[in-house]
Amino acid sequence: MGQVVQYIQSYLDSNQTPGAAGNIFWMLVYIMLVFTGLSIAVIAMNWLERKILAHMQVRLGPMRVGPHGLLQPIADAIKLLLKEDIMPAEADGAIFWCAPLIVVLAAFTVFVVVPFGPTHAITDMNIGILFMLGVSSLSVLGIVMAGWASNSHYPLMGALRSSAQMISYEVAMGLAVISAILMTSLNASGTGTLSMIGIVEAQQAQGEWFIFKFFPLGLIAFFIFAVAMVAETNRAPFDLAEAESELTAGFHTEYSGFRWSLFFLAEYSAMIAVSSIAVTLWLGGWLRPFPHWLGGTTWDLIFSFVPGATFLFLAAITFFNVIRMPKHPYFRIQTIGLAGFAVALAIIGLILFVPDVRVRVQDIFWFTAKVAGFMYLYIWYRGTFPRYRFDQLMKIGWKVLLPVGLGVLLLTAGVGLVQQNLWHQ
Amino acid sequence: MGAMLHITTLHYLVLGAALFLLGVIGVLTRRNVVIVMMAIELILNAVNLNLIAFSRMWGGLHGQVFAIFIITDAAAEAAVGLGILIAFFRNKETINIDEVNLLKW
Amino acid sequence: MAPVATPFFFYLFAAIMLIGGIAVITRKNPVHSALALIVTLLAQASLYLMLYAPFVAGVQIILYAGGIMVLFLFVIMLVSIDRSMRERQFNSQWVAGIIAATALGGLLIAVYTKGTNIFPEHALPVIESDNTQKVATLLYGQYMFSFEIASLLLLVAIIGAVVMAKKRI
Repeated sequence: MGQVVQYIQSYLDSNQTPGAAGNIFWMLVYIMLVFTGLSIAVIAMNWLERKILAHMQVRLGPMRVGPHGLLQPIADAIKLLLKEDIMPAEADGAIFWCAPLIVVLAAFTVFVVVPFGPTHAITDMNIGILFMLGVSSLSVLGIVMAGWASNSHYPLMGALRSSAQMISYEVAMGLAVISAILMTSLNASGTGTLSMIGIVEAQQAQGEWFIFKFFPLGLIAFFIFAVAMVAETNRAPFDLAEAESELTAGFHTEYSGFRWSLFFLAEYSAMIAVSSIAVTLWLGGWLRPFPHWLGGTTWDLIFSFVPGATFLFLAAITFFNVIRMPKHPYFRIQTIGLAGFAVALAIIGLILFVPDVRVRVQDIFWFTAKVAGFMYLYIWYRGTFPRYRFDQLMKIGWKVLLPVGLGVLLLTAGVGLVQQNLWHQ
Repeated sequence: MGAMLHITTLHYLVLGAALFLLGVIGVLTRRNVVIVMMAIELILNAVNLNLIAFSRMWGGLHGQVFAIFIITDAAAEAAVGLGILIAFFRNKETINIDEVNLLKW
Repeated sequence: MAPVATPFFFYLFAAIMLIGGIAVITRKNPVHSALALIVTLLAQASLYLMLYAPFVAGVQIILYAGGIMVLFLFVIMLVSIDRSMRERQFNSQWVAGIIAATALGGLLIAVYTKGTNIFPEHALPVIESDNTQKVATLLYGQYMFSFEIASLLLLVAIIGAVVMAKKRI
C-alpha cells in the first residue's frame, strides 16, 4: 500500500507532463481524469445555465427534480437517452451518423494540450495553440454535414449560416492569438513558443498576465478573442443559427435523443475549450492572482487557503438554503439531500486545507476558477444581450474585429520590437 | 518481414507514390468535376508527403517550408477552381466533365 | 520522448490513407468522397507528426482539413444535384485513363524497385522542440521572397474567386 502511494506521489511530483515522459499509463489516467472532469463540468453547466438565466430573469428555474433542481441534469440525460432515435426519410445515413461524432471528437480532442498546471497536461505539444485552433476548426465540418444530411431546408440554412459564422470568427480569433504569441517572445533569447505550458511560463517569467501587457494592446486583443470565441461557439448573442424563434433549431433540428445530446455536449465542451485558450493566453493560466506584486511565501500561503475557503463558502450558502427550505413533510427528502450536498462540499473544503493537498491543488484550482468565470460570462451574455441579425454578425466579424485585430497585431509587434531593442542596448 | 518492420524513407515514398497514383486515376476517370478536384488535392498531398519524408532524411527543414508553400498554393487553387465551377454550373446546370466541351470543334 | 511503436502507427495511418484515397475516387456521392478525403488528410497530418514535422501537421489540419474541405463541402452543397448522382460515374475516356495510370504505376514501381539503395537511413535525429522556430527562421529568412509571392498569390486568388462567383460584375 505504501508502495502504491509512493508510486502515485512520484508521478504527482514529476516535472514533466505524461506525454513528455512517455508514460502511457499515466497518460491514460490523465485522459480519464480530464474526460470525467469535463463531463461533470458539462452537467454542472447545464444546471448552472438554467438557474442563473432564471435568476437573471427574476424567476426560479428548475426547483422540483432535486433540491433546487440539482438533479435536473440527470433527469435531462435520462430523458435524452430514452428518446426515440429518428432519422429523416431521405437523409443520408452514413453522414447523418458521422456528423455528431465529428463535432464531439473535435470538441474533446482539444483537451489533450490544455494545461491545468505546469506538469498537469496530458501532453505538451510544442505546437499546442496551433493544434487547439486547428482541431476546433474541424467542428465546422461536422456542422455542415449535419445540416446537409438532414435533407430539410431549415437545418441546411442553419448549418450554412453557422459554419459561415464560425469560419469568419476563426480569422479574428487567430489574429488575437498571434498577438498573444508575439508577447511570449519578449525574453532574453528572443524566441517565443507555441506550447500552452510555455505561454503560461512566459507570463510567469515576464511577471504580468498578457492581458495587462503593453496596456491597452493586451486588453484589446483579449477583447477581440472574447467576442470571437462567443461567436465561434454559436452562443448568444450570436446564436441566430440555432435560436428557436428563428430557424426551429438550426442544424440539429432533425436530431433527437442521444444524437442531440452529443451536439449539446460538444457545444459546452467547445465553450470550455475556447475559454481555456483565453485563460491560458491572457489570464495567466494556472498562476494565482498578483504573482509578482504580492509575491513571497506569506502571500503564497494566504492564497493557498483560497480553494478550501471557496468550498467552505459554497457549503455555507448551501446550509443557508437548507435552513430556508419549506418545513412541509413533502420536502423532507429534498432537505436531507441538500444537507448531504452541503456536508459533501464542506468535507471537500476541509480536505483542501490539508497542507499536502493544498500545495498540489493550487494550479488546478486557479485554472478551473478562471474558466468558471468565463462560463458565468457566457451565461450572463445569454441573459443580457439581444440577438444579432446574421448580416450584422458577419459585418462585425469581418469589418470590425478583423481590422482591429490586424491593428493590434502590428502595434504589438512594433512595441515589442522597440522594447527588445531597448533591452538589448 | 524484418525489412518491413523498420520504417525507412522508402516506405513513405512508396505510400506517396500510391496516393499519387490514386489521385491520377481519379482525375482521369471520374465524371463529377468536384471529385476530380478532390483527386487533385490527393495528388498535392502525395507530393507533400514525399517532400516531408525527404526533409526528414536530409535533416534540413527546406522540405517542410516547401510543403507549407504547397498547402498555401492548394488553398488558392481550390478557391479559384471552385469559383470557376460555380460560374460554369450557373451557365450549364451540370457538373459533368464530359459536357465541358464548348470549345470543341 | 522516444518514438513508440513506429511500424504499427505507420501501417495504421498508411492503411487509413489508402482506404480513404480509394474511397475518394470511387464513391458516387460527392459528400462521401469529401468525408473520405478529410479522413485521409487527418491521417496524413499524423504521418507528418511521425516524420518530426509538427508545424506542417498543424498547418495541414487548420488549412486543409478545416479550411479547404469546408470550401469543398459548401460548393458540393451548392452544385450537387441528385441527377448527377444517379448517372454513370466514370467519364467517357476512362479506358485511356486506366491505361495511362497503369503506365504511370509501372514506371513508379520500376523506379522504386531499382532505386531501393539510393535513399540513406534517417541518420540525423531532428530535435522536435524548436521545429516551429526553425521553420520560421527559414521562412522569413531564406525564403522571404517566396513568402511574399505566396501572399500575392493568395490575394489574387481571393479577388479571382470573388469575381468568378459573382452574378454580375
